Amino acid sequence: MSAVLKPGAVTPADAATGAPSPGGSPPRLVVPERSPGYWTTVARRLMRDPVAIGAMVVLLALLILAVFGPWIAPLDPYQSSIMRRLKPIGFPNHPLGTDELGRDMLSRLIVGARLSLFIGITPVVIAFVIGSVIGITAGFVGGKVNTVIMRIVDVFYAFPSVLLAIALSGALGAGLVNSLVSLTIVFIPPLVRVAESVTTQVRSLDFVEAARASGANAMTIVRVHVLGNVVGPVFVYATSLIAVSMILASGLSFLGLGVKPPEPEWGLMLNTLRTAIYAQPWIAALPGVMIFITSITFNILSDALRNAMDIKN
Amino acid sequence: MRLKQDEDPIDEVPTEIGGPAQPLLTVRDLVKHFPLKKDVLGRGGGVVRAVDGIDFQINKGETLGVVGESGCGKSTTARLLLHLIEPDRGEMIFDGRTVGNRDLPMKEFRRQAQMVFQDSYASLNPRLTMEESIAFAPIVHGVPKAEAIARARDLLARVSLDPQRFAARYPHELSGGQRQRVNIARALALHPRLVLLDEAVSALDKSVEAQVINLLLDLKDDFQLTYLFISHDLHVVRYISDRVMVMYLGQIVEIADSERLFATPAHPYTAALLESMPSIDPDHRTEEIPLTGEPPNPINPPSGCRFHTRCPMAEAVCKTTVPTLVTLVPGAHSVACLMAQAGSGHSKAPTAAGAEAAAAAARAAA
Repeated sequence: MSAVLKPGAVTPADAATGAPSPGGSPPRLVVPERSPGYWTTVARRLMRDPVAIGAMVVLLALLILAVFGPWIAPLDPYQSSIMRRLKPIGFPNHPLGTDELGRDMLSRLIVGARLSLFIGITPVVIAFVIGSVIGITAGFVGGKVNTVIMRIVDVFYAFPSVLLAIALSGALGAGLVNSLVSLTIVFIPPLVRVAESVTTQVRSLDFVEAARASGANAMTIVRVHVLGNVVGPVFVYATSLIAVSMILASGLSFLGLGVKPPEPEWGLMLNTLRTAIYAQPWIAALPGVMIFITSITFNILSDALRNAMDIKN
Repeated sequence: MRLKQDEDPIDEVPTEIGGPAQPLLTVRDLVKHFPLKKDVLGRGGGVVRAVDGIDFQINKGETLGVVGESGCGKSTTARLLLHLIEPDRGEMIFDGRTVGNRDLPMKEFRRQAQMVFQDSYASLNPRLTMEESIAFAPIVHGVPKAEAIARARDLLARVSLDPQRFAARYPHELSGGQRQRVNIARALALHPRLVLLDEAVSALDKSVEAQVINLLLDLKDDFQLTYLFISHDLHVVRYISDRVMVMYLGQIVEIADSERLFATPAHPYTAALLESMPSIDPDHRTEEIPLTGEPPNPINPPSGCRFHTRCPMAEAVCKTTVPTLVTLVPGAHSVACLMAQAGSGHSKAPTAAGAEAAAAAARAAA
């Protein structure tokens, strides 16, 4: 077990007495050697995984684009020009060419990071919170409550997620907020599923039984014993949904239900550039490349996270 | 270390109520049938008779061993006692007070009766340090957090784990034996009077098992505990138990003082179990398998005596007549077998007069 410890982890008590006292010391003075906490250990294991570090570097770059995009972008992403439509990659002043309205692709891709990440991440985060609460409730309470919740969830499962997102978005009306709401609703059922199944698993473990045997009420047991063991796996699953969310969001934008032109957003750009697929296939593919890079980054990260969290091995 | 008695939220209950002669826990007619799901046509829907009407008592300060094959209802019984599984029927009286009503609410009973499980890893929350796991129950019962943590470290020392080394560790950093010591400390944190040990040492290496058993015996003296010790290991049960209860298919077949049970088992099932104990004496090897086959399905247990399908002494009457628990030696030996039941119709059963004489002889001997 000392293999897990940092070799240099010396507590103040150790330093003071030189060595752990052999049981004779007054107990109140004990300062236990502290193992790194669970999440510290996970972070440490994550940092030992080169693939994960690569993915984190890419993610950091994307986040920098999202935050500072407008200042980084070399040109105005909204400035169109009839004269310079669909210029190829490497065109003077436009290193990544121009789109169908003659706007600088590089600038639009950079500035588009903010909106694309925002509509990719926000629905997943909200659905993660709501789905976890519902799923943990269903899993922990069990019985009829579980049956009712899970059958309702099943109803949502009957629709393909794209169709459901379109239907909800259409019913709510076009607009960024409504598309976020509809995507959130789409992601709640799968997250409820995962949270429920993990909770059911944890609930049957002996430490939950022991907590019940100690007379603790349900809320205390959930807070102390269930939450920490359920949130991790659900979080891993949620990160893998971010990629899906970005793609669905771009689909909504394409149908005119999400982001509106001329806002730069990768999904929308991909869709408006589809007419240029024969004229400038590389330009048309660029927003797709960005979506691909982002989604694969999140997928790799969620895989790495899952491995790092499996501390038993 | 300890708070004064009157300040302590978990020690406000008097530790002794009915005097030492009153049983600590009396269980009457405890029943748990698990319903089976019906299929689409409405067939099936039977019940698993996991625990089927058991009566016993645990005396103050004793260790009551519970033995039996897998699936005989040992663990279910322990979980029923703490109401981790809700019993269908049955009454429990804890030191003169009925459990579950206003007399002794469930939360209060659970403070006084705690449990140690078999799987030392699954019994500890992987996200909590050892001291947090131990301190959880006292905090629930109103002990201030700092005090509860201090006590947890004290308890770690009591189970021979250096608090400095182990208090802030996580379960995966400890060995199985160390984890089980923590589980024992956790069970003791509420100062219980009764501890249910459900195969608590079965998963440990033999050498570690011996250490933990000796620790349990020391703790029993130090904290004036009463144990219900569930195990399939007869050697261990014999070593630790004052009395032993033998279960078969959800029922008690024999309950007796440990020495008496191991010396003169009255039930053929007990005899077969004892014969299946591996012997360390090469002159007394077990050549024949004393008990063959699986126990019958508890969904549709055999009629009459449940053991008659595997019993070497079975006669026609065993298929039809349900044996009741009869006292062979008052307070020391009871058995549920038609051979011990006067006038049962079994050819080996004592006559009514003979039984009386035997009982009188036993009384005289006692």
